[in-house]
Amino acid sequence: MLSIKNLYVSVEGMEILKGINLEVKPGEVHAIMGPNGSGKSTLANVLAGKEDYEITEGEVTYLEEDLLDKAPEDRAKDGLFLSFQYPVEIPGVPMVNFLKASVNEHRKHQGLKELNAGEFLKLMREKMDLVDMHAKLTNRSVNEGFSGGEKKKNEIFQMALLAPKLAILDETDSGLDIDALKTVAYGVNALKTSENATIVITHYQRLLEYIVPDYVHILNRGKIVKTAGKELALELEEKGYDWVK
Amino acid sequence: MEEQDKILNDVTQGEYKYGFVTEIETEIIDKGLNEDVIRIISAKKEEPEFMLEFRLEAFRKWQKMKMPNWAYLKIPPIDFQEISYYAAPKKQPKYESLDEVDPELLETFNKLGIPLEEQKQLAGVAVDAVIDSVSVKTTFKETLAEKGIIFCSFSEAVQEHPDLVKKYLGQAVPVADNFFATLNSAVFSDGSFCYIPKGVRCPMELSTYFRINAANTGQFERTLIVADDDSYVSYLEGCTAPMRDENQLHAAVVEIIALERAEVKYSTVQNWYPGDKNGVGGIYNFVTKRGVCRGESSKISWTQVETGSAITWKYPSCILMGDNSVGEFNSVAVTNNHQQADTGSKMIHIGKNSKSTIISKGISAGKSENSYRGLVKILPNAKNSRNFSQCDSLLLNDTCGAHTFPYIEVGNKSSVVEHEATTSKIGEDQIFYCNQRGIDTEMAIGMIVNGYAKEVLNKLPMEFAVEAQKLLQISLEGSVG
Repeated sequence: MLSIKNLYVSVEGMEILKGINLEVKPGEVHAIMGPNGSGKSTLANVLAGKEDYEITEGEVTYLEEDLLDKAPEDRAKDGLFLSFQYPVEIPGVPMVNFLKASVNEHRKHQGLKELNAGEFLKLMREKMDLVDMHAKLTNRSVNEGFSGGEKKKNEIFQMALLAPKLAILDETDSGLDIDALKTVAYGVNALKTSENATIVITHYQRLLEYIVPDYVHILNRGKIVKTAGKELALELEEKGYDWVK
Repeated sequence: MEEQDKILNDVTQGEYKYGFVTEIETEIIDKGLNEDVIRIISAKKEEPEFMLEFRLEAFRKWQKMKMPNWAYLKIPPIDFQEISYYAAPKKQPKYESLDEVDPELLETFNKLGIPLEEQKQLAGVAVDAVIDSVSVKTTFKETLAEKGIIFCSFSEAVQEHPDLVKKYLGQAVPVADNFFATLNSAVFSDGSFCYIPKGVRCPMELSTYFRINAANTGQFERTLIVADDDSYVSYLEGCTAPMRDENQLHAAVVEIIALERAEVKYSTVQNWYPGDKNGVGGIYNFVTKRGVCRGESSKISWTQVETGSAITWKYPSCILMGDNSVGEFNSVAVTNNHQQADTGSKMIHIGKNSKSTIISKGISAGKSENSYRGLVKILPNAKNSRNFSQCDSLLLNDTCGAHTFPYIEVGNKSSVVEHEATTSKIGEDQIFYCNQRGIDTEMAIGMIVNGYAKEVLNKLPMEFAVEAQKLLQISLEGSVG
């Protein structure tokens, strides 16, 4: 599904990623862990197509196509979803309008009929339960006045609406209390199928108790320095990042 | 050459075929401006003596005036002797079917969702729609007549209701108010007149849609709206479709008079041709709009969405004479490419307990310059008056400019004036967030900008608001690269 080969990325002349290799197959859950500044979020942003990153070497194939060639919105419509570490606020734009536009752009791309307001609201209500999203939030402007936890739930709620093939969760656990963490994890697990894949980027092992990975990769100074099964996360928790440095 | 002749021939024949050109209309007087020209204009319109006097007085004063230069605008020199001040209404129709119309124009119409029949009219295609609209207009006029509402072209009003015109003309914008308004007073071609009798609530939005006879009134338009005691009217000016006009200079005047407890809502969507991407061409729009809240507890609100014109110079204002009177100004001004806008409002508080609100949202893109200029003046006798002003600027890139020039004069201690201002740049993070959800950059900008301008757009009548939203998006297409 996703194949990253020898990826080098710089930001303003500074090399952040130094030869990343990663293979993700349908049905798999990968965790990427690493200390601050190791390049975790850079990897997520590069995959989603954020500007300001210079790809100096390497290639990324997604669904048999060159991913780096595509505009961010096309990557999204091809089923690549990024749950943001810091979801931005868009004042004056109601959540409902934003989500409807998003869902319909995806549907158009898939050759499906666009949903009208009634159909969309029905879909929205269905998915809202999944992450225990409060209805009042969808009437507000995008992320405006949301608490940290509500913003993260909102990300997973959008993931539920868009049903991506590959979801990248960038520090989705940061700033969540244990109840919110469980809710978010429950949502992610409920959306799991044998067809889709998830990359969980996290700092702590805590989230991985609820979203159990098939593989754990440790990213340090722009390189994946260790890959193993889920037990690696526990080992890391015990020994700290100094162990892999 | 042969082909050219043929086209020319076809076109002229087309015109005659539909009988749109009458003998009077084909007359155009020579370029230039002098007293004789004023007399000819007045004579052609068969105006009563007081109108000629009004025009002549304006002209004599105008001759001694200079073009204002205080605005933050670069205005190329205008030769006022190079303009013809009396021309026939433009020779419509120009085309026989929509197939002949500029495809780009049609695309914009479609994006705006303008009905086909209306598209034809706007583009100047000869259609049966004219018949439709005449019938629409007739039923419309009947409904209004039942209530005693007068809504007609300015010329018609001069003929049919000279007393009303004489009583109120120049009451909000005096004959020698400013350079452009004075020029308008001297040479104005036509426009609209509206009178709402005592105690009448106008049952519909009075809209230029129905003002077919006043379309193409050209560069010097004049509008006068009088709301008598306890009356209410909502008036819509303009059209969201791109208006092409060969006249570069537009100097319109709008006057509103609100008597005791009367309320007038005036909404504008201005989308004149802004010039091309390199700043060539486009309309110079110098407008004087002013309302007088003459009666106690009267209210005038201006709502404008300005996206067109190469140069905009426009300050819809309220003179709050009556005690407890209320003035409002809500504005969204968009400039892109090489457009320049210097726009804002004046609120002059004379009556006690008068209130005013100014909400201005500037959006700049391309290499444009967008300025808010406003005056809040509270006279000593206007005790316990209040003003709230909020001026926000949104920049879409690093090459455009946004400026705010607020002037505040408070003449007593019991009044309160508040002013808030913000300047922000559209967030790349916001755009990326939208992109990541499958929404492309243009659509994203449209959403973000509409969100930003929502407070003002909400003040527009419903159907207008929907078109204005689309218009904002279209105006900013290609503005973020």
